[in-house]
Amino acid sequence: MIECSDRMGTKSTAAERPRASAEPWRLATVCILAWLVPGAGHLLQGRRQKGLIFLVTLPFMFGIGLWLQGRLFPLELSDPLVFLGAIANRGIGIPYIAARMFDAGAGLVTAASYEYGNTFLMTAGLLNFLVILDAFDVALGRK
Amino acid sequence: MTTSHFLLMVLYALLVSTVFAVLLRDQPREQLKTGVMMFGGFISVAYVLGWLMFPFPL
Repeated sequence: MIECSDRMGTKSTAAERPRASAEPWRLATVCILAWLVPGAGHLLQGRRQKGLIFLVTLPFMFGIGLWLQGRLFPLELSDPLVFLGAIANRGIGIPYIAARMFDAGAGLVTAASYEYGNTFLMTAGLLNFLVILDAFDVALGRK
Repeated sequence: MTTSHFLLMVLYALLVSTVFAVLLRDQPREQLKTGVMMFGGFISVAYVLGWLMFPFPL
């Protein structure tokens, strides 16, 4: 009890610190931009080194997945694994939209590298989800 | 298309460890250390698992 009141009285936790950039519109902007362009959420908040590395590595990974004849999965609720793969694919943002626009990502199931391609494509999207969460934490002032 | 499976695995490990190291650490030196350790872990575990699976037919 004493420890609790002590903590509440004198020490400030991360949750109590003022959050200059925690306005909902700014959080939403950061998250949407971070989804559309990998690393943009960090660049917007002045984390240039991190943002540039994400901006290069994640689309590069996605591009390798396409080059390896990986498939961009459709949103099919009837097949849960395909559905989860589709969610992972969409995590990369604009590169996914561009690939769809240019009819890339049809996937060649007979290619030796097909599964490798799928792995690269899905991992790129899933890693970008983590990058979005990190940008969200930065915007909240947690990091 | 001829691609080395090992090379693809190395490339995958390199990219994933880079992103994780940059996500988890803030200082460039720490990022490099974490990235190298993670990359080494990926490669060595894959190499050991590959050899362990070698005697078993598909």
